[in-house]
Amino acid sequence: MFHDLFFSKSKGKVAKPCPIALSTRVRLARNIRAFPFPGRAESGQKKAVLSKCLDALEKVKDLKTSTSVELDELSELDRQILVERHLISLELSQSDESGGVVLSDDRSCSVMVNEEDHLRIQVLSNGLDFEKVWKLADSLDSGIESNLDYAFDQQLGFLTACPTNLGTGMRASVMMHLPGLVMSKNMDKVINAVNHLGIAVRGLFGEGSDASGSIFQISNQQTLGESETAILERLQVTLDNIVHQERMAREKLMEDDGMRLVDKISRAVGSLKTCYLIQSSEAMDHLSLIRLAADFGFLPEKFRALADRMFIEVQPGHVQLSAGKPIEPGERDQLRAETLRKEFLRMPQLKLDPQVD
Amino acid sequence: MKCHHCDSQATVHLTQIINGQMHKMDLCESCAQEKGVTNPDNLSIGSLLDDQPKLDSATASMTCESCGTSHQDFKKGGRLGCEACYHVFRPVLEPLLDGMHAGINHLGKIPSRSVEKKTAVENEDALRKALQKAVEEENYEKAAELRDRLKKLQAQSSATA
Repeated sequence: MFHDLFFSKSKGKVAKPCPIALSTRVRLARNIRAFPFPGRAESGQKKAVLSKCLDALEKVKDLKTSTSVELDELSELDRQILVERHLISLELSQSDESGGVVLSDDRSCSVMVNEEDHLRIQVLSNGLDFEKVWKLADSLDSGIESNLDYAFDQQLGFLTACPTNLGTGMRASVMMHLPGLVMSKNMDKVINAVNHLGIAVRGLFGEGSDASGSIFQISNQQTLGESETAILERLQVTLDNIVHQERMAREKLMEDDGMRLVDKISRAVGSLKTCYLIQSSEAMDHLSLIRLAADFGFLPEKFRALADRMFIEVQPGHVQLSAGKPIEPGERDQLRAETLRKEFLRMPQLKLDPQVD
Repeated sequence: MKCHHCDSQATVHLTQIINGQMHKMDLCESCAQEKGVTNPDNLSIGSLLDDQPKLDSATASMTCESCGTSHQDFKKGGRLGCEACYHVFRPVLEPLLDGMHAGINHLGKIPSRSVEKKTAVENEDALRKALQKAVEEENYEKAAELRDRLKKLQAQSSATA
């Protein structure tokens, strides 16, 4: 197993936490000239693309310290863990041949080969920071391009298998924690409003406006007809607006029925400390409330970081990783509960605001 | 409710708003899976193609000679097979792109290799025009110099191609 693949080897600076935005991602779709896109390529062509891309990626400065893996070498569980860590897509994890991924040692960059397009260049960072993430993605892309000829058209930009990615080939997204908008039943309104602006919202775990853990991925839908910076600026304005709406929703929940919210949070604390069997969706909902409690100042800051880490570790693949082998769902619920009890054992009582107390 | 593509029971109800226009579609589990609806990141636009005006039979039988992708394949899966598809399916694509994106002209990053090539082509054109002008003006000394530069540039671009 490639367990060391999943954990960052960098002990670099931790980004200043932005309580509502969990992480920022930019991905660029690219194809190599003169080869059919992966969906139409024959086995030999896919192999040639994989070796051409891996050769080119090896020479890129930003990927000097990285690990390159062919998907064939990975077990099903390894693939699942990479998906849960957002390092590869579900589509690549299901690829039957010649799929590959190159991961930088700090896990901030991942380049997928032979996914829907020949190359999917992805840069991830904590918190909300488009400038930093785009800069790195741009530099990584230029580094790769100096070793490969991209399929490019003066009018249509970077040519991609799906026309929805044409032009910049860029999908920028931010993962946001929006429990206030979910609890106040305003999420549908937000989704509708931003859809009109060409921006997509989807639940990261689960679907639509009822995503477990209240975590949503917000991204640009349009990739052609605007420059990368224009897309990012537009997205930023929308995100600032969503953050504002979320803050207002939280304040209103506290004002209108603070005791109910405190009761909900407190019960989540209780469940995490005492559960013996728990499914990932239920765990996510409790963790979301712990995160919210930390944002309100009811719990020390470190519990937000713990909740963020546990959001990933309660996922089915990660529970099996801690077991060291694939296990059945029932057994997973037991092991998940055990981990949560241990992690949250020392969680203190809620420190409530005087006006709520 | 029946699936838009087959007769199975529709369980996935898709609503997508693109540039203020609402597109609704009901799909069964397997058609939704096939069209990538369960993963909106890779959402197929094949379903939206159905809302386009009916195309004549010549368009319907279009096939990309380079990779074998047919108009039907594109309609079903929403994906193209290769660079050449973008030329073959241009008439079908253009109206789609207009509704799908903020514009139909690329305004983003240009790969540096493409710039070099473009500059070389532009230089070649400019030199050819200058050469023609010099010949017309009977400035043979200048024409000879321009001819040599043009030859050199052509040799360079064929070496890098």
